[in-house]
Amino acid sequence: MSLALTHARFRILETARIPVAVVGGAFFPAASMLFFVVPFAGDDPVGATYATASMVMFAVMTSSLFTYGVGVAEDRAQPWDPYSRTLPAGPAVAFTGRVLSGLTFMFLSLIPVVVIGATLTAATASPVRLLLALGAVVLGALPFTFMGLAIGYCLPTKAALAVAQIIFFPLAFGGGLLSAPGDAPGFVETIAPFLPTRGAAELLWAAVGDFTVSATSMVTLAAWTVAAAGLAAWAHRRDEGARFS
Amino acid sequence: MLLARTVDVTRRYGTGAKARVALDGVSLDIHAGGVVGLLGPNGAGKSTLVNLLVGLRRPTGGTVELFGGDPRDPAARRRIGVTPQETGLPATLRVRECVAFVAAHFADPVPTGELLEGFGLTEVAGRQTGGLSGGQKRRLAVALAFVGRPDLVFLDEPTTGLDVQARRDLWDHIRAYGRTGTVVLTSHYLEEIEALADRVVVLAGGRVLADDTVAAIRAMVGIHRVSLDSATLPELPPLPGVVGVEQADGRTSLLTADPDQLVRDLVTTGVPFRGLQVRPTSLEEAFLTLTGR
Repeated sequence: MSLALTHARFRILETARIPVAVVGGAFFPAASMLFFVVPFAGDDPVGATYATASMVMFAVMTSSLFTYGVGVAEDRAQPWDPYSRTLPAGPAVAFTGRVLSGLTFMFLSLIPVVVIGATLTAATASPVRLLLALGAVVLGALPFTFMGLAIGYCLPTKAALAVAQIIFFPLAFGGGLLSAPGDAPGFVETIAPFLPTRGAAELLWAAVGDFTVSATSMVTLAAWTVAAAGLAAWAHRRDEGARFS
Repeated sequence: MLLARTVDVTRRYGTGAKARVALDGVSLDIHAGGVVGLLGPNGAGKSTLVNLLVGLRRPTGGTVELFGGDPRDPAARRRIGVTPQETGLPATLRVRECVAFVAAHFADPVPTGELLEGFGLTEVAGRQTGGLSGGQKRRLAVALAFVGRPDLVFLDEPTTGLDVQARRDLWDHIRAYGRTGTVVLTSHYLEEIEALADRVVVLAGGRVLADDTVAAIRAMVGIHRVSLDSATLPELPPLPGVVGVEQADGRTSLLTADPDQLVRDLVTTGVPFRGLQVRPTSLEEAFLTLTGR
């Protein structure tokens, strides 16, 4: 475990030395808050709270898919990656280190969203609920983290970027992240419970508001998580670095 | 003591019609002590062999053992150190941070200061690796192989990109280490293998062509080129010991393992030759001769 922490520490150090990368990660969700949530749902406490939660999930999803998808693919193309795989540490260490550093930067990117929600909108949440929300964020991030890892271990950088984008939009829109609970277009309401985005968002809505999660969404979320984890493990096992033919 | 071995190992890249065989039935034992040189032209399979031994790739067929285990098991890699062919260092990390990261994986690492001193990197300890010169990066990449006090070190073309002095310094280091430890060194420089190796394994086309002492291999690849002006040269009679004839740049070259005897034979044939030159062939040329291509 301490070795995984070492991996995480050096990854964080590597990224933190490029401050604009950290700022960039936090910019998108914060800007989305300012442009889409503050003007439209800012005055309604319930609506603003749900919308802020949706935006948090949106940020979690993008950050997971892209950080891991593109990050892993990029690392695999660098000679440092095969070198570090000759060190006496199993894949679990590198996996854990990567996820810990990913979570660190994800939480950093969420701070502006929560701050904007709290100061510029009517959204409210008690400290206990915020703590619950933290747990919901980690659970909700899992399937997207595994998806990102699977993409990164399967594909080269440019393909990983494209695939992450292709997967990301239908999941965000189809999962109902771009609308308030129960307020999405009809077909979205029908498919949303079968997408992991919806389950993740429901967890967060339930953490900060009076939302009751649906059994379908929870089973779906669990199933996606297990399937994505399996895919990531398979992709990692077959990986031998970048492939060329 | 047997540290590592491959038994009838085959490695193919790709599948179907595009498949390329990088290693073809290679069996090799690495015993404790000394420097083993893997010698071969580009694409001979040297790096693939090293990658299999350090657990980066799986063989398509055959078995690979490292300290009695599977090199893909982290425990089997505790006593090795590796310098890959390509230098890659996290650009934003400082030199001493890179060393600390690697050191965290080993029970009894060499103290960072001592290691950097040994490789002449003390002055750049606080520099980000992205700002190092090519030679400094390469020295750091080699230094990292020694952090964990390994029993077996794999160095894949360690001196690529180094100037003469840096290369000599590194050779001293490898030679000193080889007195107590074991080194597997790949190179396509005959000079480097001659300077360092106790045993030489010649690879070409994914097969082991020879596995012997430096002296024996040297005799084997010690092909010389005896060249003459083509313009005034009549048709040559067949001469014993000539393994190849080449025409290039107005000169006729005869390849032979025994240039002295060839010159004597040339003189006795009475052929009116001009512009005699005798020089050793490059390793590459020797390989082409050896492999009959």
